[in-house]
Amino acid sequence: MERLKANDLKLTGYRRENGRIGVRNHVVIIPVDDISNAAAEGVASLVRGTMALPHPYGRLQFGEDLDLTFRTLAGAGRNPNVAAAIVIAIEPKWADRVVQSIAATGKRVVGFGIERAGDLKTIEAAARVAKEFVQYATELQREPFTVKDLCMSSKCGESDTTSGLASNPTCGRVFERLSAAGSTLIFGETTEVTGGEDIIMSHCINKKVAADFKRCFDDYQRLIKSQGVDLMGSQPTEGNIRGGLTTIEEKAMGNIQKMGRCRVQSVLAPAAEPKGPGLHFMDSSSAAAEMVTLCAAAGSVVHFFPTGQGNIIGNPLIPVIKLSANPLTVKTMSEHIDVDLTGILRVEMTLDQAADAAMKMLERTINGRLTAAETLRHDEFVLTKLYRSA
Amino acid sequence: MKHSILTHETKDDVGVAVMDLKAGAEASAVTLEGKPVCVVRMTQDVPLGHKVALRNVARGKAVLKYGRPIGKAVQTIARGEHVHTHNLKTQRWNA
Repeated sequence: MERLKANDLKLTGYRRENGRIGVRNHVVIIPVDDISNAAAEGVASLVRGTMALPHPYGRLQFGEDLDLTFRTLAGAGRNPNVAAAIVIAIEPKWADRVVQSIAATGKRVVGFGIERAGDLKTIEAAARVAKEFVQYATELQREPFTVKDLCMSSKCGESDTTSGLASNPTCGRVFERLSAAGSTLIFGETTEVTGGEDIIMSHCINKKVAADFKRCFDDYQRLIKSQGVDLMGSQPTEGNIRGGLTTIEEKAMGNIQKMGRCRVQSVLAPAAEPKGPGLHFMDSSSAAAEMVTLCAAAGSVVHFFPTGQGNIIGNPLIPVIKLSANPLTVKTMSEHIDVDLTGILRVEMTLDQAADAAMKMLERTINGRLTAAETLRHDEFVLTKLYRSA
Repeated sequence: MKHSILTHETKDDVGVAVMDLKAGAEASAVTLEGKPVCVVRMTQDVPLGHKVALRNVARGKAVLKYGRPIGKAVQTIARGEHVHTHNLKTQRWNA
């Protein structure tokens, strides 16, 4: 049977001012800090077609942790799925810091500070701008694009043995085809590759990238040791164990099937944008909502999420496509699964046929079909916090 | 006979049950490509997604899956047994 090629996909999206392609057309209201959530949600409830991105952080963070929060919030606004953004902070200078980063993409963005205005005046002023942004965004048209302009990501969750056998290698096959055609791809999960780290290193394009990977991998192993603990009980999770996964090595071998035979082009800091095509490893948590949020902040516009036991995660900015090969999950949690890969377990579907099915769903999703997670309002926007605030 | 166990590599010590398997049943293991690996007599119940020993593994030996060690046997494992947290432990972190 003829395999579906990456360039056979008929894709449409929104070309943004900086040339990047979005597959959704959001107008977002970004609170810079926890206490600005109320104003952001106030604007979103007044103006149809806007979406607030509330979160619990942004105050008295410092150093690398603060930088990551700023990079994630700015990245959310910079994401090509966003047509225009409003930024609200208690302090105007902090709003401006996020605004400047988003404005560098050329897209429309305005910031507001709540001090000396109060929530209600801020909401009114921001809502007036948001209304204009929505009317602007709703007139934008989709245009055809090729996978060369696609940036996407993958992270698996609630994995079990079917993930490593079927849904993760399906993602790997798709990534091989997309990578060969010039797409930009992101994967990661620093602790969850423990036991397969040598394989990732052997896939790095050169010694420098392998050393970069080893450094962030070792850093995390040291952090675990410095806490006087190990990750037994957390990795694998109770859900993994229930699904038949026993050890971290086994889970890691399943996890890294998502990369297929792609070469790793670079190692990215969390929420950092890839600098070129191909597959990139992001130093990131394995917690689903954190990792997908970091990918979205790095510019991924759509995400493959293979699951075994049935992780229900979504993201407000990017469509999260669920692939599962576990017949029990597909039967009992069908409303969460976009691509049924149970045929692989029955040996009725080859991995190449599964990759074709996943690519067809990728095409439909990019062209506007809402994923299970989008329809069910799974809008998990979760910042990664590196350490305690001051 | 329809397969009920899938293996990653033919040299793997364990395979994955693709349906609930009962003690006493004969279970046929194949690769993802449908290549027959072996037939085992189940000695324990093994639920869907859990691992079945395809050969005996001595205590202290590495257990292979994906053609690689995924941990070590902390008790002797006999062909047809359920392989999970009770008889297989990681060689990382607490090693």
